[in-house]
Amino acid sequence: MNAPLLAPVVALVGNPNAGKTSLFNALTGSRQKVGNYPGVTVERKAGRLALPDGRSVELVDLPGTYSLSPRSPDEAVTRDVVMGSAVGERRPDAIVAVVDATNLRNHLRFVLELRRLGLPMLVALNMADLAERDGTEIDVAQLATILGMPVVPTVAVRKRGLDTLAAALAPLLLGQTPPPAEGIADITQLQREARVIASTVIVQRGMTKRWTQRLDGIALHPVIGPLLLAALIFVMFQGVFTLAEAPMAWLADGVTWLQAAATKALPDGALRSLLVDGVLGGVGAVVVFLPQILILFFFILVLEQSGYMTRAAFLMDRLMARVGLNGRAFIPLISSFACAIPGIMATRTIAEPRDRLTTILIAPLMTCSARLPVYAIVIAAFIPNRSVAGVLGLQGLVLFGLYVVGVLGALLAAFALRHTVTKGPTPTFLMEMPKYQWPEPRDIGIGLYQRAKAFLGRAGSIILISTVALWALATWPKPPAGYAGTSLEYSVAGRIGTALEPVFRPIGFNREIALALVPGMAAREVAVSALATVYSLQGTDKEHTQPLVERLRTSWSLPTALAFLAWYVFAPQCISTLAVTRRETGGWAWPAFMFAYLFAMAYVAAGVTYWAAKLL
Amino acid sequence: MTSSIHAMRPGDVATIVAIDRDGCDPVTARQLHEMGFDEGVDIELLHRAPFGGDPMALRVGNMVVGLRKALAAMIVVEPARAAAE
Repeated sequence: MNAPLLAPVVALVGNPNAGKTSLFNALTGSRQKVGNYPGVTVERKAGRLALPDGRSVELVDLPGTYSLSPRSPDEAVTRDVVMGSAVGERRPDAIVAVVDATNLRNHLRFVLELRRLGLPMLVALNMADLAERDGTEIDVAQLATILGMPVVPTVAVRKRGLDTLAAALAPLLLGQTPPPAEGIADITQLQREARVIASTVIVQRGMTKRWTQRLDGIALHPVIGPLLLAALIFVMFQGVFTLAEAPMAWLADGVTWLQAAATKALPDGALRSLLVDGVLGGVGAVVVFLPQILILFFFILVLEQSGYMTRAAFLMDRLMARVGLNGRAFIPLISSFACAIPGIMATRTIAEPRDRLTTILIAPLMTCSARLPVYAIVIAAFIPNRSVAGVLGLQGLVLFGLYVVGVLGALLAAFALRHTVTKGPTPTFLMEMPKYQWPEPRDIGIGLYQRAKAFLGRAGSIILISTVALWALATWPKPPAGYAGTSLEYSVAGRIGTALEPVFRPIGFNREIALALVPGMAAREVAVSALATVYSLQGTDKEHTQPLVERLRTSWSLPTALAFLAWYVFAPQCISTLAVTRRETGGWAWPAFMFAYLFAMAYVAAGVTYWAAKLL
Repeated sequence: MTSSIHAMRPGDVATIVAIDRDGCDPVTARQLHEMGFDEGVDIELLHRAPFGGDPMALRVGNMVVGLRKALAAMIVVEPARAAAE
């Protein structure tokens, strides 16, 4: 055996809900590299772990799965990696099987299946504290003897057992050639073997009524349950608006200050215009929304990690079944409220292909956080900031309404799709409902940090580029002396806007909107920066310093503003979403279909809104 | 004395005596095993969803699993005892 040149790879494998990601976060901290597996969009998370003997290993967090017979694309990644058949991915040198100590019987079955791979292996008996609290005592030494591998009790959230785990890992990584893998075993046989082992090593079981069951008595209550779900979603969206208000104002002040400073420091000319109108005006208009996006992700992460999200899926299954979907689809759809891209990627947990395709197609109808900037600015400009019935803010209420319209549109679209292009047998619903847990601040923190990084990364790349490109198109060519119109009208962008205007005039859009829709294709929130850039360039000196909200208020009619909102409920305008759809569906046919049907829906909705609002 | 999960009420405990593996596709049958369903395992009906009681939540061993009525119909049970608490 050659001396290994690369750090050994250790894979964390386990059932979903075994606390695998918490353990991964506890072991690697924030020194994580998040990427994708080659060819698929499954997220690959890797981090460094130092062993007590001074070596360091690359720890990889594999997608959670119940067995090595994958039902969905992300489970297939786990199988391929541990079998050594994943393209561009080294086979792990050792496996850490993460097991939920409170659910030993079922998780042991997977350990037995993994053991047959022949790789050096140890078991992390996670959530050992919860098992103790439940009155479950596990004979760890005996379990290790029976399995023939080290068993380390861990409590990932309290960082307990981590050193012992690293110490137990070291002797497994001595470069020995693993024995060949045994064949696939019958699942029933493994299941029974696991039950026998579990009943041998579980010493005593108390009969404490579990918290989960009590909480489910409320969360799944026939009457209280749905009301609670509606209330939670409502609080989430009110929170997004009210909690973000102050930090957003600080960011906006910061951008204004920078603009003023740049205006003062630079001589009048193209460079100053690029910096003030293009970069700061455009990117600044988007960065301001970071607090709202983080607050929304915070709520989603808390709901996910607490275990409530699967209850929501359970409650929603009946409704989802009506439109030919599965309660499981509710989770990717909720994620799509943050962004359709992780939402579409999360559909990989849906086994049935047609079910999955339908969910992908309707995911963009869930109002993603990139639309928040668009909604927020129009709402701020046109909806009075007063309260309804004393407690509810009218602006928040309108925002909530837009989300509801998106959801209804999605259900309608799913129903239509399931009866036409994705026609097929009704999928079933079968899903583990994990126990409730306090969300771990560290896990939430790491999740938010990764989201913020991704958002600012987008702002610094795609949004910056498209804003600067738009600024250039809107600045040149300069009109000749004595030209009657504004310089914007004379520019390339102005001409594109003028060309597009007839298409959008019937639904109440002016030339500036038609113009903003073009760069808005890159990313939805760019529409805001585009409007900011367009209005900032065409303004007189006095208007120049006016915030975008004021500019919109003076240049749009109310029906136009409402039509614009309606357009954005359905608008297919996000290249990234179309790209990820192409990757997930394996061709351009479905993204093209998605674009066409969403465009049609957006056009009709905006038109109806415009004409209805005009009549009233 | 066997019956189906349909007849159970929340709080009832029963033992699985048979799973109709031919009544569903092999993938679904396997999935049931992955969730811990097997002959001889105790289950408890915990909750039924609003609007028609479909899907339902069952305790299987130490795990809570949500599933639709149609799938639950594949599982034949023998009532063990009424819930003590």
